[in-house]
Amino acid sequence: MKTGTVLAALCVVGLTMPAMAGPREDILQGYASAAKSADAGFTGFDAARGKTLYGQQNTASAESPSCASCHSASPLEPGKTRAGKIIDPMAVSATPDRYTDAAKVEKWFGRNCNTVLGRDCTAVEKGDFITYLSSL
Amino acid sequence: MRTLVSLAWLAALSTLALADGSRGVVTDQLTKTECSACHMAFQPGFLPARSWQALMGNLKEHFGEDASLSAETTAAITSYLVANAADSSGKPRGFARGLPADQTPLRITDLPRFKGEHGRFSEATMKKAGSMSNCAACHQGAEKGIFEDD
Repeated sequence: MKTGTVLAALCVVGLTMPAMAGPREDILQGYASAAKSADAGFTGFDAARGKTLYGQQNTASAESPSCASCHSASPLEPGKTRAGKIIDPMAVSATPDRYTDAAKVEKWFGRNCNTVLGRDCTAVEKGDFITYLSSL
Repeated sequence: MRTLVSLAWLAALSTLALADGSRGVVTDQLTKTECSACHMAFQPGFLPARSWQALMGNLKEHFGEDASLSAETTAAITSYLVANAADSSGKPRGFARGLPADQTPLRITDLPRFKGEHGRFSEATMKKAGSMSNCAACHQGAEKGIFEDD
C-alpha cells in the first residue's frame, strides 16, 4: 500500500517535471560524443544552426529541396509527404514523442539527409536539428 | 434502415473486392507500419511479384526519395508482398491482368488497367489529392480494400 502510494507520487512527479534526462537527451549525448570525436574543437549544439539547416534550400533533389518542403515551413505545423500523407509537426512542443526513439531518428536522418542533401548528415547537424526543434 | 442497406452494400462490395483478389487489407503489421509512413500501404495484390521484388530491391531510390530499410525489414516485407502479389497463384489478377510478362512496372498507376479505369482528372481534383498515389483522396475505403465507391 505504502509502496503503491510512493510509486504513484513518483509517477506524478515524473509527469510534471521538465525532462532533465531521458531518451532524447541520450540521443543528443550520443551525437555530441560523435561530434567531439570528429572534431576536438566541438563546443555544443546550436539551435540557430539547426534552424538554418531546416529551412535552407538545397540542390540535390528538385522535388524535395528542403526539410521544410515536406515538414512545412513552420515546425509547429503538420507537414505533408509528396504522396499526400500528413506528417506530425517536427517541434517537440507539438509532438512530444519526437526524437525519443534512437533507431527511428537514425532511420529518418539516414533517408532524408540523403534525399534532401544528397549525403549523410554529420553528428553536429543532427544534434543542431534536434536542439532547434526542441527549443520551439 | 438506411444504415442496414449501406452495411449490406459495403459487405457486398467487400466480398466483390476479395473475389477480385486485388484488394483486401494489408495484414502484415510491419508492411503496414513501414510503407504507410509516407503513403498508403498499397495492397500486395496490385502488382506482380517481379514488380515488388524490383521495388524492394532499390528502396534507396524510391521515386525520388531514399526509403531505405534495414536488410531484415526489407526481406520480411518483400516476402509478404511477393507471397500475396497479383500473380501469387499463377495467373495475374486485378489491375495486373493483361500485363505483358516482359514488363515490370514499379508504379500501380502505370498498369494498363489502372490507367483505363482512371482516365484524366481536373486540376482541382489533382490538387486535392496531391498525388495519384493518394488513393484515399477519392476512395475513402482504400485502406480497407474498398475502391468501388467512385
